[in-house]
Parts: sequence; C-alpha cells; structure tokens
Amino acid sequence: MNECILEMQNIVKEFSGIRALDDVTFKVKRGEIHALVGENGAGKSTLMKVLSGVYPHGDYSGKIIINDKEMTFNHIKDSEKAGVAIIYQELALVKQMNIAENIFLGNELRGKVGIDWNQAVSRTEKLLKDVGLEDNPLTKIYQLGIGKQQLIEIAKAIAKDVNLLILDEPTAALTETESDNLLTILRSLKEKGVTCIYISHKLNEVLEIADTITVLRDGKTICTLDNDEQVSEDTIITRMVGRELTNRFPRVEHKAGKVILEVENWTVPHPEIPGKNIISNVSFQARQGEILGIAGLMGAGRTELAMSLFGAYGESITGTLKLEGVEQRFTNPRQAIQAGFCYLTEDRKKSGLVLMMDIKKNITLSSLNSITRNMSINANEEIKVSNEYMSALKIKAASIEQTVDHLSGGNQQKVAIAKWLMAKPKVLILDEPTRGIDVGAKYEIYNLMNKLVEEGVCIIMISSELPEVLGMSDRVIVIKEGKITGDVNFEEADQKTIMYYATGGK
Amino acid sequence: MENNVSKSQIKVLIKNNIRQYTMFIALISIMIIFSAINIKFLSPRNISTLFLQTGYIAILTCGIVLVIVAGHIDLSVGAVVGLTGAIAAKLMVTMGLPMWLAIVLTLVAGLVIGIWQGAWVAYGNVPGFIVTLAGMLIFNGLLLLVTKGGATINFSQEFKLIGQGYLPTLFVENNVNDMIPHDTTLIILIASLIVYIIFEIKKRSERKKYNFHVLSVKMFVLKIALVSILISTVLGVMALYKGMPYSILIVIIIAGVYTFITNNTAFGRHVYAIGGNKEAAKLSGINIKFRTLMIFASMGVLGAAGGIVYGARVGSASSSAGAGMELDVIAAAIIGGTSTMGGEGTIAGAVIGALVMGTLENGLLLVGVSTEARMIIKGLVLLLAVFVDIKTRKSKG
Repeated sequence: MNECILEMQNIVKEFSGIRALDDVTFKVKRGEIHALVGENGAGKSTLMKVLSGVYPHGDYSGKIIINDKEMTFNHIKDSEKAGVAIIYQELALVKQMNIAENIFLGNELRGKVGIDWNQAVSRTEKLLKDVGLEDNPLTKIYQLGIGKQQLIEIAKAIAKDVNLLILDEPTAALTETESDNLLTILRSLKEKGVTCIYISHKLNEVLEIADTITVLRDGKTICTLDNDEQVSEDTIITRMVGRELTNRFPRVEHKAGKVILEVENWTVPHPEIPGKNIISNVSFQARQGEILGIAGLMGAGRTELAMSLFGAYGESITGTLKLEGVEQRFTNPRQAIQAGFCYLTEDRKKSGLVLMMDIKKNITLSSLNSITRNMSINANEEIKVSNEYMSALKIKAASIEQTVDHLSGGNQQKVAIAKWLMAKPKVLILDEPTRGIDVGAKYEIYNLMNKLVEEGVCIIMISSELPEVLGMSDRVIVIKEGKITGDVNFEEADQKTIMYYATGGK
Repeated sequence: MENNVSKSQIKVLIKNNIRQYTMFIALISIMIIFSAINIKFLSPRNISTLFLQTGYIAILTCGIVLVIVAGHIDLSVGAVVGLTGAIAAKLMVTMGLPMWLAIVLTLVAGLVIGIWQGAWVAYGNVPGFIVTLAGMLIFNGLLLLVTKGGATINFSQEFKLIGQGYLPTLFVENNVNDMIPHDTTLIILIASLIVYIIFEIKKRSERKKYNFHVLSVKMFVLKIALVSILISTVLGVMALYKGMPYSILIVIIIAGVYTFITNNTAFGRHVYAIGGNKEAAKLSGINIKFRTLMIFASMGVLGAAGGIVYGARVGSASSSAGAGMELDVIAAAIIGGTSTMGGEGTIAGAVIGALVMGTLENGLLLVGVSTEARMIIKGLVLLLAVFVDIKTRKSKG
C-alpha cells in the first residue's frame, strides 16, 4: 500500500480564463497532519473544493488519487463516500436542532419504524467523548459556543467514517483556550489514524501541529516542507509572498494634509461570543489627501472595523471617533454619510448595489436630497448628474437607464463608487475596491483614487491583495484578530513585513 | 430603414414593458370574450357598474403596491376597510357629525391604524405577515364592538353619492336615452387629452436633449393616438351614461398621486431600494425603519379611503364589511406585475390588475356563472398570472 492517502496530480482549474490553480501537485501521507498555507487567493480553497467534489470531475484537469484509486467526484456526496470530510469556516450546523440530530443529519440511523433515536443518542455520546465534549446529545446547537460547535462538526465527520479530515481556518473564530483544545483533539484523532489537512493563516499554530507544510502561491505549489527545527515562520512567509512586484500601480506622490479622522481605543464586542472582542482597542489617524491602507488576513476584523465606524455594525461599542476634530458616534449609515464619511462595501452585489435598478437610480440613491426640489426628484438633474459620473468614470453601458445586474464587475464597481462620489465624501473607505475585476478596470480605479486624494479626500483602502496595498497606500496599518499589529510607511513596507504583522510574527 | 428602426423599437418597448402589456392585452381580451358572449357587457351601464365595483379595490391596491414592493404584506386590509367604514357611520349617523368632518376623522383613524401596524413592523421587528394577521383579528373585533355585535348602520343619501353617485353636470342635463352626453365628463376628457399630449411631447423633447433613445415620429404619433383613443373610450363611455362617478374621480386622483410618489419622490425610490436590496439600502443611508412606518401609514390611510368608498357604495356599515377583501387587493397588485419578492411593481400595473379582477367578476356574473365557479376561475387566473411572471422574469435573466 502506498504511504500516501491522497495524491492530487497536476490539477489545473480555470475561472473564465484566469488560472486559479496552475498545475498543482499535493500529496498527503497517511496519518499525518498536513498544513496548507498561502496568502488570500493563493488557491487553497479552490484546491479543497476540487478535492471535495464541489467542482465536479471534468471541471478541472488533473488526477485525484485516494488510496491508490483514481477518483472522479461529481458531488460532495461522492467524496464523503470515499471518506473525505471538509469542515468550512462557516459552520454548517442547523442551530435549532440538537447535537444528535445534527450529527446524523442526512445520514439518519433507521430503526424498524422511522429513526432509531436511542441508538443515535448513545452513539452521539461516544462521538462527543472522542472530541473531548461531555454535553448532553439533546442540547440544541444554539446553546453552544462556536468552539464546541467546531468540535461537533468534527464529531459529525468522524460519524461518517472519515479517513481524511479537512479543516478550513478552524480557529478563526475561537478564543485561545478553545484553539488549544482543538489542537489537542486533532492530535488525539491523529493517534487514532485520521489524516488531517489543516488550512490556516496562523503560522504559529501550523508550526505547532503540522507534520508537513505545503505552501501555495498564485495557484502554484511552491514547496512541501517537513516541519522540523529548520522551518520557522520566516521561511514560510518568504515562500508565501515571494512574488515579483510589477508596475501595476500608478503611484503618485500625495501631499498629506491635516488629520481628518482620529479613532481612539475603538472596541467592538463580538456579536456572538460573549467576552470576545472582534475589534479591540484600535487607534489610528488618517489625513486629508492620503491613502491609508488596511492590510490583514481574512477574518482579521478589517470589514468589521470599517462597518462599525460607519454605524452599520456592532453594539455597545466603546472608543471615540473624531471627524475634523469633532467627536462623532454614527448610529446608522445615514448620519455617517451626512457627515461626509462613506463606505464602499466589499461585496457590491450583496450589499452595494440594488441590482434590479438602473445605473442612474443606483448612483443617486444616497444623494437624492441634492436633486430633490419641492418633494419631487428633478428628473433632468438626475440624468445630467448621472451622465457626468458615467463619463467621468468611463462606465461602459448602453445608457444610464440600463439595469446594473448585467454590467461587468468592473462597471458595477464603478457605479458603486460613483454613488459615493456623488455624496461628496471627506473620508471614503474602500473595502476590497478591486475584488473580482479585470486589470484594466483596476488601473482605472487606482487612477480615480489618486485623483480623489489630490482633491483632498482621505481614502482608507482595505485590501487582501498585498501588492495592491503596497502599491497604492501612503501608509499601511496591519490588523490581526481585531488588533492593530503594525503601522508602517510605504517606503518601509514590503510584503514580508506585512505578512509578519498579519500572521502574528514579531 | 425607418421601418426597421421602428420595428426594433417596438421590440425593445415590448420587451421592457412586457408585463404591463400582457396584462393590458389580457384585460382587453377578457372584455372582448365577455362582450361576444353577452353584448350587454359593453353597455355604458354595465361598464359604469364595473368601474364602481372596481373603484375601492383600485384605491386599496395603490397602497398595497408600496407594501409589497418593500417586501412586506398586509393581511388586514379587509378588516381595516370594515372598521373604518363603521367608524365613519358611527361618526355621521350616530353622532351626527358633518360629513366632511367625519371623513377627515375616519382618514385619521386609518392613519393611526397604519402607524400602529407600521411601528410593530419597523421598530418591533415583527414580520408584517404576523402584525397584520394580528391586526385582522383585532380590527375585526373592534368592528363588532363598534357595530354592537352586528347591527347595520345605514348611511345618508348624501354620503352614498361618494360610492354610487356621479359628478354633477355644468351646463346641460345629460340624458342617456337621447344620447346627450355628460358635459363635465366631456370637459375632463378633453382636458386630460390635452394634458397627456403636452406631457408626452415635453418628455420626448427632454429625452432628446439628453441623447436618450426616443421613439421615431411615426411610432410616437401612433403611441399618442392609441393612448388617446383609450382615454376617450373610457371617459366617453362614462359621458354617454351618467357621467363620471365620484369614486372613479377619487381613484384617478389617488392613482395619480401614488404614481408621482413611486416615480418622482425620494420616498418612492427608497421603497424600491429597500425591496430590491435591503442591505444595500441600509448602507446607502436609507432610514429603513421610518420608511417602513410610512409605508404602513399610507396603507392605513388608503384603507380608510377604501372603507369610505366601499361603505358609500353598499350604503351601510355592517360587521361583515370588507371580509376577505385583502385577498382581492393582493391578487390585483400581483396580477398587475408587483413582484412577490419585492423591489418591482407599478401603480398603473396594479390598477390594471384590479380592473382584470373586477372585469372577471362582473363578466362572469353577467354571463351567468355561479359564485363557486367564479371563485375557482379567479383563483386559477391569479396562479397563471404569477406563473407567467416567473417565466418571463427567468427568460429576462
């Protein structure tokens, strides 16, 4: 028998012409804990989706070999049958059901008539013991914390006779004690012969638990390392970011003016986990006419920080926000917008645009007051203004009366940005402004940012793309687990330093 | 060339408005079928009756369009109609208040009811379905209380005019038999034609100014001619009978005001944005809670207006008034193209929807179809309308 439980050979997966996975080879030995690391967008999730059958056979090229047999999964059910179980960041438990019901969901134990609940409960008890829990199997999921829910997901996987357990950022939402507990459980599962693929941004955890580490970058396998004394966070980070910077960013010298935004000791409690803060004690300043980049890994709290400042997220927030020296506490986005504090959301389709409305209605949505006279929207004014933004931002569409749902990603993003330009912001937060749009449109958006900064707007850019953060920002702050871990000028910043701060290096 | 352009323009026009056109065509076809079966259907007398029957539904439909577009529902419409009708009767007949004051107070009562429900939905975060279901029970209970367990209160002749009467003539007494038309209605007809044509010409020249695509001259004239014929037919039929009913004048005014609200005000725009993408609306700075309160408040006022017109039409307030009317109103809005998912719907479409439902009821009655069969047919029409809606939506996307 082969010592490898899993071999993925020459996997290539494309999304409309863009290679997300480029000839990836990935081997996992039986009974090991194998960490998979890489930057946001390096291809980790895509690779796991190929493995678990989310992308069916034929949708990618390359071979998947499990236990010496080539596998062709067309559905998640197929991979489950082969003993592969994947646990995602967003837990897939039904909160209103109890533990036993969840563990056997879709896999119910049949008795003579209906489901054999007695057997289910007694088996659940045993499974819970395996993952170190002593809760009553009849406890509802919503009564449990995220840490326990994570362990129940693992128990659910074990119930399906899993050989290969995949954990995607399992500790992202956990406290430190919960994380330690989880790592202990994983070690004990390893002793029982379960192989585990462990995806994480937290390199200290990776070094602590993994036997082998594979680094992905830009859809390619960079290396597979044995986790011995020679491996350090440093070696991993170097391999994660070792990309050449090309001149994709129109850097212009900005003349930063006076401080316009001051945030002090900003703390936002976690909405679901009592005692945990999603943002803790964040303090920073931003100036007129500069671009402040906010870097950090997914789940670090960047969006939550922006949304809470904007008045759209969080309760019992403490700390102060000063805009132009005046203390403000926005309790809803309307107040923020009126004060000149605007926020471009990270997901334009979900929360940025009203897709069934046309371009002009989307552009004017936040500024209807400025074109309303005597209760009535001035239709001519609306057309005039929208046309101006359409040509200024080079939005490509048949007319401003076209609905935005069929526009390309780049054009949709421009419409969303135009909405905020019309609101005349003093501080404009751009959350992932170039996510999912093509290179040309990206460049146009960068130019637009430079132009706004020249006009004295303060831009705060949240981005998961390190080259973008480095290429456009005057200053970069790095956030890790809701705290600022680094604050650097762009001249001093490089990808390695930022990754250090983002992953918790010193 | 000109011909080709026109053809493609027609295609675009039809594609963009397919929903309203299909309903309009359906309405005309239904009318043709009924008149083929029984020519009496098209008599001015019957058409006038049809309008009177549809009037209060059309008023209520204008309100429910906003509610449904914003992604909510109101099940208490019928109960509100019954209750406000009884309040009007109490104020006027039992307490002897002058009619104008009673009407104003009844509308205020509707506003209070609307704010009550809206507050629960907007600030209490209770789903509109539940709030208005509870409202239905509460207002039905109050109705029984007001009518003392089911007594019927008859309205005065003066008040009944609102639901049954016609506008007075200005110069010459009209006469149905001698074909002397109703002069006030004729004046309204001519005035509305002039206003409509001026409006269209102005709109066209403005669109031209902004380089928007406009219909070719030929198509433009054709469109104006068709709509003018339509206006003339509807009002002309009324003029040849007893003139324009008060209730239809009320419908026209309310539909006009609501068309303006939905198309030209920030409030209207916000309603569509909330229904289209609540999250985006919130992050665009829209005060969703207050807008929701306003939507239900408007529904309450229109509920009272419907209650007044309905009460005046049937001539009395009783404990059974308005029962089940919400279903007709919701059906009319949805048949008229209001999306059950929220975010889409027009007042004009909804009024056409109300006419479709009213025409079916009236026509089926006229050709002698039994009550049971009428209900079944109306149910099937609703089902079919929504099915067609979903199909056309899919093919668009």
